[in-house]
Amino acid sequence: MMRKHIAALLCGLLFAFGLGVSGMTLPTRVVGFLDFFGHWDYSLMFVMGGAIAVYLPVWYVMKCRKSLLAGNLPCGARKDVDAKLFIGASIFGIGWGLAGVCPGPGIVLLGRPTVSTAVFVAAMLGGMLLHQLTPRKCITLPAASS
Amino acid sequence: MDWDRVWPALVGGLMIGVASAGLLALTAKTAGISGILGGILEREKGEIGWKSMFVLGLIAGGVGLAIFMPEQLATESLRPLPLMIVAGLLVGYGTRFGGGCTSGHGVCGIGRMSKRSIFGTITFIAVGALTVIVARILEGA
Repeated sequence: MMRKHIAALLCGLLFAFGLGVSGMTLPTRVVGFLDFFGHWDYSLMFVMGGAIAVYLPVWYVMKCRKSLLAGNLPCGARKDVDAKLFIGASIFGIGWGLAGVCPGPGIVLLGRPTVSTAVFVAAMLGGMLLHQLTPRKCITLPAASS
Repeated sequence: MDWDRVWPALVGGLMIGVASAGLLALTAKTAGISGILGGILEREKGEIGWKSMFVLGLIAGGVGLAIFMPEQLATESLRPLPLMIVAGLLVGYGTRFGGGCTSGHGVCGIGRMSKRSIFGTITFIAVGALTVIVARILEGA
Protein backbone atom coordinates (compact mmCIF):
# COMPACT_ATOMS: atom_id res chain seq x y z
CA MET A 1 0.00 0.00 0.00
CA MET A 2 2.69 2.43 1.08
CA ARG A 3 5.07 1.37 -1.71
CA LYS A 4 2.34 1.85 -4.29
CA HIS A 5 1.88 5.44 -3.13
CA ILE A 6 5.60 6.18 -3.24
CA ALA A 7 5.73 4.72 -6.76
CA ALA A 8 2.87 7.02 -7.82
CA LEU A 9 4.64 10.03 -6.31
CA LEU A 10 7.91 9.27 -8.12
CA CYS A 11 6.16 8.58 -11.43
CA GLY A 12 4.31 11.89 -11.10
CA LEU A 13 7.60 13.66 -10.41
CA LEU A 14 9.32 12.14 -13.47
CA PHE A 15 6.23 12.83 -15.58
CA ALA A 16 6.39 16.52 -14.62
CA PHE A 17 10.10 16.79 -15.49
CA GLY A 18 9.40 15.09 -18.81
CA LEU A 19 6.70 17.63 -19.61
CA GLY A 20 9.03 20.48 -18.65
CA VAL A 21 12.03 19.23 -20.63
CA SER A 22 9.91 18.53 -23.72
CA GLY A 23 8.40 22.02 -24.00
CA MET A 24 4.80 21.00 -23.23
CA THR A 25 4.71 23.56 -20.38
CA LEU A 26 5.20 26.39 -22.88
CA PRO A 27 1.77 27.17 -24.41
CA THR A 28 3.32 29.11 -27.30
CA ARG A 29 5.14 25.92 -28.34
CA VAL A 30 1.98 23.83 -28.02
CA VAL A 31 0.01 26.25 -30.19
CA GLY A 32 2.92 26.22 -32.63
CA PHE A 33 2.55 22.44 -32.84
CA LEU A 34 -1.18 22.77 -33.54
CA ASP A 35 -0.50 25.41 -36.21
CA PHE A 36 -0.27 23.01 -39.17
CA PHE A 37 -1.05 25.65 -41.77
CA GLY A 38 1.13 28.42 -40.31
CA HIS A 39 4.68 28.09 -38.97
CA TRP A 40 4.22 24.47 -37.90
CA ASP A 41 6.53 23.46 -35.02
CA TYR A 42 6.62 19.70 -35.60
CA SER A 43 9.09 19.03 -32.77
CA LEU A 44 6.40 18.30 -30.17
CA MET A 45 5.40 15.25 -32.23
CA PHE A 46 8.47 13.64 -30.73
CA VAL A 47 7.04 14.01 -27.23
CA MET A 48 4.11 11.73 -27.92
CA GLY A 49 6.28 9.55 -30.18
CA GLY A 50 8.96 9.08 -27.52
CA ALA A 51 6.43 8.35 -24.78
CA ILE A 52 4.56 5.79 -26.90
CA ALA A 53 7.86 4.15 -27.93
CA VAL A 54 8.48 3.33 -24.25
CA TYR A 55 4.89 2.56 -23.27
CA LEU A 56 4.00 0.21 -26.12
CA PRO A 57 6.56 -2.56 -25.48
CA VAL A 58 5.99 -2.39 -21.72
CA TRP A 59 2.26 -2.80 -22.32
CA TYR A 60 2.71 -5.83 -24.57
CA VAL A 61 5.06 -7.54 -22.11
CA MET A 62 3.04 -6.72 -18.99
CA LYS A 63 -0.62 -6.98 -20.04
CA CYS A 64 -2.67 -9.65 -18.25
CA ARG A 65 0.19 -10.05 -15.76
CA LYS A 66 0.50 -9.12 -12.12
CA SER A 67 2.00 -5.68 -11.56
CA LEU A 68 5.18 -5.51 -9.49
CA LEU A 69 3.58 -3.83 -6.47
CA ALA A 70 -0.21 -3.99 -6.59
CA GLY A 71 -2.96 -5.47 -8.72
CA ASN A 72 -3.27 -7.05 -12.14
CA LEU A 73 -2.99 -5.33 -15.49
CA PRO A 74 -5.96 -5.51 -17.82
CA CYS A 75 -5.66 -7.75 -20.89
CA GLY A 76 -6.94 -5.32 -23.47
CA ALA A 77 -7.98 -1.75 -24.10
CA ARG A 78 -11.36 -0.28 -24.95
CA LYS A 79 -12.10 -0.40 -28.65
CA ASP A 80 -15.49 1.32 -28.82
CA VAL A 81 -15.67 4.54 -30.78
CA ASP A 82 -18.82 6.49 -29.97
CA ALA A 83 -20.33 9.94 -30.27
CA LYS A 84 -19.40 10.77 -26.66
CA LEU A 85 -15.72 10.24 -27.41
CA PHE A 86 -15.94 12.44 -30.51
CA ILE A 87 -17.85 15.24 -28.76
CA GLY A 88 -15.67 15.17 -25.63
CA ALA A 89 -12.41 15.12 -27.59
CA SER A 90 -13.70 18.00 -29.73
CA ILE A 91 -14.62 20.12 -26.69
CA PHE A 92 -11.18 19.41 -25.23
CA GLY A 93 -9.55 20.30 -28.57
CA ILE A 94 -11.15 23.74 -28.59
CA GLY A 95 -9.92 24.49 -25.06
CA TRP A 96 -6.47 23.10 -25.84
CA GLY A 97 -6.15 25.20 -29.00
CA LEU A 98 -7.27 28.30 -27.12
CA ALA A 99 -4.99 28.08 -24.07
CA GLY A 100 -2.20 25.80 -25.31
CA VAL A 101 -2.44 23.93 -22.01
CA CYS A 102 -3.72 20.39 -21.41
CA PRO A 103 -4.38 18.88 -17.95
CA GLY A 104 -0.84 17.59 -17.14
CA PRO A 105 1.08 20.79 -17.97
CA GLY A 106 -1.67 22.78 -16.23
CA ILE A 107 -0.93 21.03 -12.92
CA VAL A 108 2.86 21.22 -13.43
CA LEU A 109 2.61 24.98 -14.04
CA LEU A 110 1.22 25.28 -10.49
CA GLY A 111 4.85 24.77 -9.41
CA ARG A 112 5.28 28.46 -10.18
CA PRO A 113 1.75 29.72 -10.67
CA THR A 114 0.82 32.83 -12.58
CA VAL A 115 -2.66 34.34 -12.34
CA SER A 116 -3.39 32.98 -15.81
CA THR A 117 -2.44 29.36 -15.09
CA ALA A 118 -4.08 29.37 -11.64
CA VAL A 119 -7.33 30.65 -13.17
CA PHE A 120 -7.05 28.10 -16.00
CA VAL A 121 -6.56 25.16 -13.62
CA ALA A 122 -9.39 26.32 -11.34
CA ALA A 123 -11.71 26.54 -14.35
CA MET A 124 -10.50 23.12 -15.58
CA LEU A 125 -11.34 21.51 -12.23
CA GLY A 126 -14.66 23.37 -12.37
CA GLY A 127 -15.33 21.86 -15.79
CA MET A 128 -14.60 18.40 -14.40
CA LEU A 129 -17.01 18.98 -11.50
CA LEU A 130 -19.60 20.25 -13.96
CA HIS A 131 -19.26 16.98 -15.88
CA GLN A 132 -19.71 15.05 -12.65
CA LEU A 133 -22.88 17.02 -11.82
CA THR A 134 -24.44 16.53 -15.25
CA PRO A 135 -27.18 13.91 -14.82
CA ARG A 136 -26.05 10.65 -16.43
CA LYS A 137 -29.28 10.54 -18.43
CA CYS A 138 -28.29 13.73 -20.28
CA ILE A 139 -24.89 12.47 -21.35
CA THR A 140 -25.75 8.94 -22.40
CA LEU A 141 -25.68 8.94 -26.17
CA PRO A 142 -26.34 6.04 -28.48
CA ALA A 143 -23.16 4.33 -29.64
CA ALA A 144 -22.23 5.24 -33.21
CA SER A 145 -20.68 1.87 -33.90
CA SER A 146 -20.30 -1.31 -31.93
CA MET B 1 15.47 19.14 -38.68
CA ASP B 2 15.45 21.65 -35.87
CA TRP B 3 17.48 19.47 -33.51
CA ASP B 4 17.59 22.12 -30.76
CA ARG B 5 13.87 21.53 -30.36
CA VAL B 6 13.58 17.91 -31.42
CA TRP B 7 16.11 16.50 -28.93
CA PRO B 8 14.52 17.99 -25.79
CA ALA B 9 11.08 16.97 -27.09
CA LEU B 10 12.26 13.39 -27.62
CA VAL B 11 14.07 13.17 -24.26
CA GLY B 12 11.07 14.66 -22.46
CA GLY B 13 8.79 12.24 -24.28
CA LEU B 14 10.94 9.28 -23.24
CA MET B 15 10.79 10.50 -19.61
CA ILE B 16 6.99 10.72 -19.84
CA GLY B 17 7.00 7.22 -21.34
CA VAL B 18 9.12 5.80 -18.50
CA ALA B 19 6.88 7.51 -15.92
CA SER B 20 3.67 6.19 -17.53
CA ALA B 21 4.99 2.71 -18.26
CA GLY B 22 6.56 2.62 -14.78
CA LEU B 23 3.22 3.40 -13.16
CA LEU B 24 1.62 0.67 -15.26
CA ALA B 25 4.23 -1.98 -14.50
CA LEU B 26 4.49 -1.12 -10.80
CA THR B 27 0.85 -0.47 -9.89
CA ALA B 28 -1.26 -1.52 -12.93
CA LYS B 29 -2.64 2.03 -13.07
CA THR B 30 -3.09 4.34 -16.06
CA ALA B 31 -1.24 7.66 -16.06
CA GLY B 32 -4.09 9.67 -17.57
CA ILE B 33 -4.04 13.07 -15.92
CA SER B 34 -7.69 13.99 -16.54
CA GLY B 35 -8.79 10.61 -15.17
CA ILE B 36 -6.55 11.08 -12.13
CA LEU B 37 -7.89 14.58 -11.39
CA GLY B 38 -11.48 13.52 -12.10
CA GLY B 39 -11.11 10.50 -9.82
CA ILE B 40 -9.94 12.70 -6.94
CA LEU B 41 -12.83 15.15 -7.49
CA GLU B 42 -15.32 12.29 -7.62
CA ARG B 43 -13.82 10.69 -4.49
CA GLU B 44 -13.40 7.32 -6.20
CA LYS B 45 -13.15 4.57 -3.62
CA GLY B 46 -9.64 3.16 -3.18
CA GLU B 47 -8.19 5.40 -5.90
CA ILE B 48 -7.80 8.73 -4.09
CA GLY B 49 -4.55 7.74 -2.33
CA TRP B 50 -2.32 6.97 -5.30
CA LYS B 51 -3.99 9.59 -7.48
CA SER B 52 -3.30 12.30 -4.90
CA MET B 53 0.32 11.15 -4.60
CA PHE B 54 0.73 11.30 -8.40
CA VAL B 55 -0.66 14.86 -8.49
CA LEU B 56 1.62 15.79 -5.60
CA GLY B 57 4.54 14.46 -7.68
CA LEU B 58 3.42 16.58 -10.65
CA ILE B 59 3.31 19.74 -8.54
CA ALA B 60 6.64 18.92 -6.85
CA GLY B 61 8.08 18.44 -10.34
CA GLY B 62 6.73 21.86 -11.26
CA VAL B 63 8.49 23.37 -8.26
CA GLY B 64 11.69 21.56 -9.29
CA LEU B 65 11.39 22.92 -12.83
CA ALA B 66 10.88 26.43 -11.45
CA ILE B 67 14.21 26.05 -9.63
CA PHE B 68 16.34 24.16 -12.18
CA MET B 69 14.75 24.99 -15.57
CA PRO B 70 12.72 28.16 -14.97
CA GLU B 71 12.77 29.06 -18.68
CA GLN B 72 10.67 25.93 -19.39
CA LEU B 73 7.67 27.20 -17.42
CA ALA B 74 5.36 29.67 -19.12
CA THR B 75 5.22 33.15 -17.65
CA GLU B 76 3.05 34.86 -20.23
CA SER B 77 -0.64 34.20 -20.74
CA LEU B 78 -1.56 33.21 -24.26
CA ARG B 79 -5.05 34.71 -23.98
CA PRO B 80 -6.86 37.27 -21.83
CA LEU B 81 -8.18 35.91 -18.52
CA PRO B 82 -11.85 35.49 -19.52
CA LEU B 83 -10.76 33.29 -22.44
CA MET B 84 -8.48 31.29 -20.13
CA ILE B 85 -11.53 30.58 -17.95
CA VAL B 86 -13.53 29.43 -20.99
CA ALA B 87 -10.58 27.30 -22.17
CA GLY B 88 -10.19 25.73 -18.72
CA LEU B 89 -13.88 24.84 -18.52
CA LEU B 90 -13.74 23.27 -22.01
CA VAL B 91 -10.58 21.28 -21.21
CA GLY B 92 -12.00 20.02 -17.90
CA TYR B 93 -15.44 19.13 -19.23
CA GLY B 94 -14.26 17.78 -22.59
CA THR B 95 -11.56 15.48 -21.21
CA ARG B 96 -14.01 13.93 -18.75
CA PHE B 97 -16.76 13.63 -21.36
CA GLY B 98 -14.39 12.05 -23.88
CA GLY B 99 -12.72 9.88 -21.26
CA GLY B 100 -9.14 11.12 -21.59
CA CYS B 101 -6.63 13.77 -22.58
CA THR B 102 -3.21 13.96 -24.17
CA SER B 103 -1.74 11.51 -21.64
CA GLY B 104 -4.59 9.03 -21.23
CA HIS B 105 -5.63 8.75 -24.88
CA GLY B 106 -2.48 10.14 -26.54
CA VAL B 107 0.16 8.09 -24.69
CA CYS B 108 -1.39 5.26 -22.66
CA GLY B 109 -4.28 4.56 -25.05
CA ILE B 110 -2.26 4.68 -28.26
CA GLY B 111 0.47 2.76 -26.39
CA ARG B 112 -2.12 -0.02 -26.09
CA MET B 113 -3.10 0.36 -29.75
CA SER B 114 -6.62 1.23 -28.66
CA LYS B 115 -8.76 2.21 -31.65
CA ARG B 116 -10.81 4.39 -29.31
CA SER B 117 -7.78 6.38 -28.16
CA ILE B 118 -6.32 6.71 -31.66
CA PHE B 119 -9.65 8.17 -32.82
CA GLY B 120 -9.86 10.44 -29.75
CA THR B 121 -6.31 11.74 -30.20
CA ILE B 122 -6.77 12.48 -33.91
CA THR B 123 -9.98 14.31 -33.00
CA PHE B 124 -8.53 16.60 -30.34
CA ILE B 125 -5.43 17.41 -32.36
CA ALA B 126 -7.53 18.20 -35.46
CA VAL B 127 -10.02 20.34 -33.52
CA GLY B 128 -7.13 22.03 -31.69
CA ALA B 129 -5.52 22.89 -35.04
CA LEU B 130 -8.84 24.23 -36.34
CA THR B 131 -9.20 26.35 -33.20
CA VAL B 132 -5.75 27.88 -33.72
CA ILE B 133 -6.74 28.86 -37.28
CA VAL B 134 -10.10 30.33 -36.21
CA ALA B 135 -8.46 32.23 -33.33
CA ARG B 136 -5.95 33.75 -35.74
CA ILE B 137 -8.68 34.85 -38.16
CA LEU B 138 -10.69 36.40 -35.30
CA GLU B 139 -7.59 38.21 -34.06
CA GLY B 140 -7.23 39.61 -37.57
CA ALA B 141 -3.56 38.73 -37.81
